Amino acid sequence: MPDAIIVRDLHKAYGETRAVDGISFEVPEGEFFGILGPNGAGKTTTLELIEGLRRPDSGEVSLLGRPPWPRNPAVLPRIGVQLQASSFFERLTAREQIRTWASLYGVDTAKADAMLEAVGLSDKANTQIQKLSGGQAQRLSIACALAHDPDVVFLDEPTAGLDPQGRRNLWDLLREINRAGRTVMLTTHYLDEAELLCDRVAIMDHGRILEIGAPASLVRGLDSPTRISVESGVIPEGQAHELFAGVAEVSDDGVSLTVATRDPAPVLTALAERNALRGLSVRGATLEDVFLNLTGREYRDDD
Amino acid sequence: MTSTGDKGRSLRSLSSAITKGYLRDRTALFFTILFPLMFLVIFGLLFRDAGTSKSDVIQVGPVAVLDNIPAEGRADLESVLNVQHSDSLDDALKRVRDGDVDAAVEQRGDAVVVHFSAADQVGSGTVLAIFRDIVQGANLAASPTPARFSFEAEQVEDASLKPIQYLTPGLLGWAVATGAMFGAALTLVTWRQKKVLRRLRLSPVNTFSVVGARIGVSILVALAQGAIFIALASLPAFGLKLSGYWWMSIPLLVAGTLAFLALGQVAGSFTKTPEAASAVANLIVLPMAFLSGAFFPLDGAPSWVLNIARVLPLRHLVDGLLDVMVRGQGPAAVLPEIGILVGFAVAIGGVALVLFRWDDT
Repeated sequence: MPDAIIVRDLHKAYGETRAVDGISFEVPEGEFFGILGPNGAGKTTTLELIEGLRRPDSGEVSLLGRPPWPRNPAVLPRIGVQLQASSFFERLTAREQIRTWASLYGVDTAKADAMLEAVGLSDKANTQIQKLSGGQAQRLSIACALAHDPDVVFLDEPTAGLDPQGRRNLWDLLREINRAGRTVMLTTHYLDEAELLCDRVAIMDHGRILEIGAPASLVRGLDSPTRISVESGVIPEGQAHELFAGVAEVSDDGVSLTVATRDPAPVLTALAERNALRGLSVRGATLEDVFLNLTGREYRDDD
Repeated sequence: MTSTGDKGRSLRSLSSAITKGYLRDRTALFFTILFPLMFLVIFGLLFRDAGTSKSDVIQVGPVAVLDNIPAEGRADLESVLNVQHSDSLDDALKRVRDGDVDAAVEQRGDAVVVHFSAADQVGSGTVLAIFRDIVQGANLAASPTPARFSFEAEQVEDASLKPIQYLTPGLLGWAVATGAMFGAALTLVTWRQKKVLRRLRLSPVNTFSVVGARIGVSILVALAQGAIFIALASLPAFGLKLSGYWWMSIPLLVAGTLAFLALGQVAGSFTKTPEAASAVANLIVLPMAFLSGAFFPLDGAPSWVLNIARVLPLRHLVDGLLDVMVRGQGPAAVLPEIGILVGFAVAIGGVALVLFRWDDT
């Protein structure tokens, strides 16, 4: 597969702030690629540099084999960009909105209406955009980015501000977009979103990429302990300490007794033998642990 | 690369998007159409008779010079005097004192006596002049020598310059300036704030379509304002009389729209929110409207005001509109005004281009 996006040693500073500080990666065609990081990590600037909205201080970007800066009319019809839910013409209905954007790409109204249907907004076609819910606005925004059938789709924090149900619905839509063969590049500060959707994730912090890889292999590469929890009191804490001394760390916060171990099987067996599995939960490492491991600090959305 | 067809389609769909957004924005509609119309209605009705204001007098008993005026002379008299009759001098004097009427008139022997109040010097001055004239006329008519000199008054304007004749072009100029300025400033600011500009930049649309759509819609709005203003002012209640070359107001309105679009672009470049853009646009347009004589004539204004007015685009728009709509001037008379407005649009448009930003950061 040729690469849809190639980034080489990219730098961009705003005054003293180095928003993007020497990043390199490539995204093969058809990949679902995510940039994960807390707010202010440089994700949006990276996206803007690749889209051609900003001029890099140094380094190179190739988008579909061409430089996106300065504004490159040969590339623009082949990319679809969802900026934010609010990037709409004011006071138009959902249908008027998508037809307007589609027409700028030479796409006819029938195709635009079909796209509206595809994102499940047909029943909101005559609703003015300011009356759409957050999730509906996001879906319309994505539909507007897709109506001209682009090869590469950019999504900047597509699920920000949505409720859990809205996010899950949108994830299904995003998966379909990628399944249709499009390259998708997404930024997010939600760890679960990156883990669920992306083929590969770049973890970004302070303008640098700390690690790139498939979410599962990043997590496995951590070699972090599995955390086994049972209800507090089903086995006395002292007994648990004795039982798992040397192979696991035991803690009890009064609600749950948690055993952290790299070898979960014997721990589970021992707990089962003592009939102490009430309220059992087993949790492996997540991207959160990967982030913690890479930066030495807790992952926080509002960082 | 984009073909002409693509350009045409983008231009059409963007124009349609802007138009729909405008027509659904009640605030914008109010401030560009209804608000100026309210001024027209209020001023128009308030000053309806100001041009032909009559003096009210009470005639007590018979007064020969008034009673014996022939029919054709009576019409002239009634255009300046409103004569009521009364039998009681005391009543009449009281009403003069109260300011209800301008004077009371009676005849004592051969003398015509006019009672007036010094409280209203303008009103009484007018009445005294009228009666001096009447009495003199009667003396002349009674004398055997024919009159040697005659006197005729002619107004320089074609029709009687009723206030509506002045108000319509002035308020229309102000309305068009406001509409174009707000249109440009608010579109720029909201599109930038909502990131529509960025999104447009990432689509294959060309600058011509974006700018052309905004200009086109603003020109249509200006022409609609003109049509509505003229239609309303021409109603019998207001009585606007257009002069022959009124259609020259169309190129004037177009040129004025261009000038204020450019000014609005500059205002939009300095501001970040629609609220701030509105405030700045108002700060520019309102004082300019006063200094340009959009609300009242600048005839009595001091020379420094007139000097300032000369560099204001609204002055040239209003003056040009007055020339062709009510002063009866020919098309050639407003070519300089059109030239000045277009020149202003080009110069300020250049500034707007330099100040232009795609986004806030």
